[in-house]
Amino acid sequence: MNIVVCVKYVPDAQSDPTFSESDNTTDRLGVDGLLSELDEYAIEAGLKLVEAAGGDDSMVTVLTVGPDKAADAIKKSLQMGAHAGVHINDEAIHGSDAVATSLILAEAVKKIGSSHETDLILTGMTSTDGTMGVVPAMLAERLGLPQVTLASELTVAGGTATIRRDGDLASVTITASLPAVVSVTDQINEPRYPSFKGIMAAKKKPVQTWSLADLGIDPGTVGLAGAWTKVESFAKRPPRAVGQIVTDEGEGGTKLAEFLSAQKFI
Amino acid sequence: MAEILVLVDHIDGAVRKTTFELLTIARRLGEPSAVLVGGGFDVAKEALAQYGAEKIYRVDSAEVTDYLVAPTAEVLASLVASAAPAAVLISSSPEGKEIAARLAIKTGSGLITDAVDVQPGEAGTVHTTQSVFAGGYMVQATVTRGTPIVTVKPNSIAPEAVSGAAVDQLVEMSISASAKTARITDSQPRAASGRPELTEAAIVVSGGRGTAGDFSKVEEFADSLGAAVGASRAAVDAGWYPHSSQVGQTGKEVSPQLYVAAGISGAIQHRAGMQTSKTIIAVNKDEEAPIFELVDFGVVGDLFTVLPQATKAVNAAKG
Repeated sequence: MNIVVCVKYVPDAQSDPTFSESDNTTDRLGVDGLLSELDEYAIEAGLKLVEAAGGDDSMVTVLTVGPDKAADAIKKSLQMGAHAGVHINDEAIHGSDAVATSLILAEAVKKIGSSHETDLILTGMTSTDGTMGVVPAMLAERLGLPQVTLASELTVAGGTATIRRDGDLASVTITASLPAVVSVTDQINEPRYPSFKGIMAAKKKPVQTWSLADLGIDPGTVGLAGAWTKVESFAKRPPRAVGQIVTDEGEGGTKLAEFLSAQKFI
Repeated sequence: MAEILVLVDHIDGAVRKTTFELLTIARRLGEPSAVLVGGGFDVAKEALAQYGAEKIYRVDSAEVTDYLVAPTAEVLASLVASAAPAAVLISSSPEGKEIAARLAIKTGSGLITDAVDVQPGEAGTVHTTQSVFAGGYMVQATVTRGTPIVTVKPNSIAPEAVSGAAVDQLVEMSISASAKTARITDSQPRAASGRPELTEAAIVVSGGRGTAGDFSKVEEFADSLGAAVGASRAAVDAGWYPHSSQVGQTGKEVSPQLYVAAGISGAIQHRAGMQTSKTIIAVNKDEEAPIFELVDFGVVGDLFTVLPQATKAVNAAKG
């Protein structure tokens, strides 16, 4: 069982993420970053499948696209138990949108698979910074592989992946032949913490760094210049006007209803 | 005037409110054409006409509905090629965003997701507003390549009725084998709660850790207001309420006219899912809870006494 897990290095949501004034891109250098929390579920799902499959050639390779600091996301993944890492790092990538990111990931997945056939490409449900949730579908489209996304349960057996996907109105079961692109939600498992042994072992695990040239990608098709959308401006939302706060001394509910009435909700 | 394609969100022809919102936005940008994938044309036709759809492209085939996302993207890509629309509008549901994602790649077009406003620009351009970083920033963006594909958050605009011709355009197309690889083998509809759907509701009342697992007072208050019931991640993780009701970054993002947070502290993951609500009310025992930074009206108190009193007052006011 050979699994590639795509992960993302994101600004820490607790540390006030912002934009770069110079080019309206997400500031990835001036703020603290970390492995996107939602990607940990994909790593856990991959590790579980590989552990169940056993065999010497079963492995989880983590793949990330990002600047130097994004190596931290690979490091954390390796500490959790992933076997190898691939870091796509190239100055021309800065400012890439989801479309370009999916191109880079697709080419990297193909390159990883050229030496070691891949059974499954796993991702989280969305990144915690951009929160678009579109890269898994784009990746499936580009690779021409089944899109088996937003899995709250995943089983892989006999060359088939089966998931439960909980939609707005129904919970559906979806099946597809491997290889496939599978994204997982935060309902699927409980990601493990790196153990001391895992942290020590991670230092010896192989990490390859590839440039766009290594993937045969024209730098003009990615990055800010290659983006198919443009952020024209951004503005910090003005803080909400300070609301009225009352302490309940026996009439809190009545006062709440009076507010609703004054605002014409009742 | 150029066509604007609107993908219809529906259940067997029962059109959801988000589609009327999209048709209303589409009228600003051009001539709205609804795209109906799946059955129920006879049911949907009138509703779509009432909100200004000039055409209804329809594809009704098991080839499309038995598989996840990819066939719908293929239908839209074919219509983008044949109708040359000025934009494609899709509801910002998880599935809507995935359809939009594949369509963007297929048509070589820029994609903007989770817009809260869409306005026409010069020479057929489309300008969007998004709320990002848990509602901390507003971003103005535009598509610079291909046919703009925009997914719009529910409740971004009040739908306006205006009659449209709703000309029936049956689309006959076969779906490629590569789009029929992720088969839907079973579907279990959710049990109806009798309350409005969370993402569409005008009023949402949510409970969190402070309920200690007893949602009865939250539900009674919600019912007095005709509201949907939501839950924080803490309440869902504790198994007190189903995940389908979770409001927040990994649950539903809601943007109602009124949001009431009961016994919810207001962690950033929760705020990301409700911060664009028009009016926010909180009831929490802890006066230091971060949720109070967001509220228009807050009550520091026990939800088990405050909510029943408010419920009684609301029911009395309704007579």
